Amino acid sequence: MSAFAHAAGGNAAVTHQDPPARRRSWATWLLLLPGFLWLLVFFVFPLVQLFTVSLQSKYPGYPGYYYRDVNFGNYVDALTQFGAHFGRSLLFAGLATLFAFLLAYPLAYAMAFKAGRWRNVMMICIIAPFFTSFILRTVAWRQILADDGPVASTLNFLHLLPGGRITETWVAVVAGLTYNFLPFMVLPIYASLERADHRIIEAGGDLYANGFTTFRKVTLPMSMPGVLAGTLLTFIPAAGDYVNADLLGSDRSTKMVGNVIESQFFKVLGGFPLAAALSFTLMALILALVFVYIRRFGTEELL
Amino acid sequence: MGLFSKSGGSGGFREAKGDLRLQEVTKSFGDFTAVDNLTLEVPRGSFFALLGPSGCGKTTTLRMVAGLEQPTAGRILIGDTDLTGSRPYERPVNTVFQSYALFPHLTIRDNVAFGPTRRGEANAAQLAGDALELVQLSHLAARKPAQLSGGQQQRVAVARAIVNRPEVLLLDEPLGALDLKLRRQMQVELKRIQSEVGLTFIHVTHDQEEAMTMADTVAVMNHGRIEQMGAPEELYDLPRTTFVANFVGQSNLASGPITGRDGDRIVAEVNGTQVAIPSSRCAVDSGEVTFGIRPEKVRIHEQRPEGAGSDVQATVRDVSFTGVATQYQVEVPSGAVWNVYEQNLDVKPISVRPGDQVWLTWDPAHAFGVPVDSDAAAEALAAVDAP
Repeated sequence: MSAFAHAAGGNAAVTHQDPPARRRSWATWLLLLPGFLWLLVFFVFPLVQLFTVSLQSKYPGYPGYYYRDVNFGNYVDALTQFGAHFGRSLLFAGLATLFAFLLAYPLAYAMAFKAGRWRNVMMICIIAPFFTSFILRTVAWRQILADDGPVASTLNFLHLLPGGRITETWVAVVAGLTYNFLPFMVLPIYASLERADHRIIEAGGDLYANGFTTFRKVTLPMSMPGVLAGTLLTFIPAAGDYVNADLLGSDRSTKMVGNVIESQFFKVLGGFPLAAALSFTLMALILALVFVYIRRFGTEELL
Repeated sequence: MGLFSKSGGSGGFREAKGDLRLQEVTKSFGDFTAVDNLTLEVPRGSFFALLGPSGCGKTTTLRMVAGLEQPTAGRILIGDTDLTGSRPYERPVNTVFQSYALFPHLTIRDNVAFGPTRRGEANAAQLAGDALELVQLSHLAARKPAQLSGGQQQRVAVARAIVNRPEVLLLDEPLGALDLKLRRQMQVELKRIQSEVGLTFIHVTHDQEEAMTMADTVAVMNHGRIEQMGAPEELYDLPRTTFVANFVGQSNLASGPITGRDGDRIVAEVNGTQVAIPSSRCAVDSGEVTFGIRPEKVRIHEQRPEGAGSDVQATVRDVSFTGVATQYQVEVPSGAVWNVYEQNLDVKPISVRPGDQVWLTWDPAHAFGVPVDSDAAAEALAAVDAP
């Protein structure tokens, strides 16, 4: 850091006839170049490719073959045949985001303000699951929630489980999504609470707001950038997820768009155009929702 | 919304009017006693300063008055209402925090209206507008705190506190983050606001000049206790401890045994020189005493003056001409270095150079005597140098 600053200072001193603004902009572009190239090759190009695939048509009589076309029928099919899956994706992701928020906020609050020397231990507990594979952890949840597993059998014994089982239901899928994305909710909220000036929260009490009002009027609004980041980091990947629905859900009633895309791409002959159209529709839906959400709750930092 | 803000704000609020009184207040953090059996009375409507080095307990005292800390022992009252144990939002007390602690997500207007809104004032916006006018920031009401300069944020913090018309306004080193020029300006401004609104101001600072120029009464704190309390002139003219003598202004000090009395003066022998201290100005009357005299009360002579009561021969170490005055550092026979200020009143100024022999005289009526405490002397000097 200091070496960089030193070098920059040296340059400015030596080449004072060169307009410094111009030099700086060259350096900026040079630094941005590798990133732009990466995005171009691995994001923009595949995206364009995917979009052209989503407009292709099938060769009649030749299953598995398709030709270049501008066929928006794939999008019509995507929405008419798989509307329920889109609904489930957004609903499950929304529920998982809500539950993750309800779990994460108190946890992040406790870590930031109450944990003291236990803070680092709590932090490790939140990060430690990342050392194991996402798939394995989800499979482990299938064992925990299984019909003869401890949770389901206890609830059944108490006659508290109407359907008799947890796996193969939407409850298991939402629980899995909540569990898997919880750290992405906790960490940004924790970061925004942790850097908040405690005197500002004290000032709430000093200005006649009791504990609850101070939380509602001062602490929560100050942590909104973290809440916003956390909800986006949870909702966006959860809406496109198919692993939880695949491992914890049933074959029919809990399938999400991700599962349909997966099967259209890999299991259905000639499913590529429809899978691409589904992907694009999901992306557009998420973008629209996120845009509305940020407009409503966002701070200047994000928009 | 309305339901919450009403019940959330004014629940449990205690009206209290009168002088602020701290009775035998102690605050300990584990083994460390931050405030040690402090008893203090601040008359209603006065500008009171708590002055002391960092870690002396002044901010802890302030936070206990605000309710942000609870005392380990003792009571805190306003008038006859005991506020000990009550929560910050229940007290008619507001704080101007050192870092200002403005709400970053609210506009300046909403920051100032926060207190009145919580208390369910119907005309909160009107009150906020008036308070912003008082600190001359009405034109910035729609901005966010981050868009304001340090001095402006400071004034918003003051407006946000005084808009509530608290019985006691607490100021925790409010000018600490400002540069010197702005600080002088804000000192005048705060005094104006205080006289305009007539509230009790308690100002915590480590800057003795700030305390002296602003406050009616200054309490000098050290190690969780009040060393001395009084009007700034009294503290300066007659310090009662070595710490105060060094922390409030500069003092030339020397210690020695008391040898006798001469009428209403106490005579002590300090490094072979007989010095007289008016007995009313001497805090000890037998044993060892620390003799003190302020730098500007000492006169410097090139020749030995005739008939002067007290004179000491000294060697000049440093001369700095400042225009209005000249500051000399001279070494007295004990090896200590004294400061001497001479106003440049004569047409022909004294012309001495480092190394010259001079004679120092003073009017014994200006001398003072304090108990010997060499630790406190060193501590005070270190604390004055630190900030």
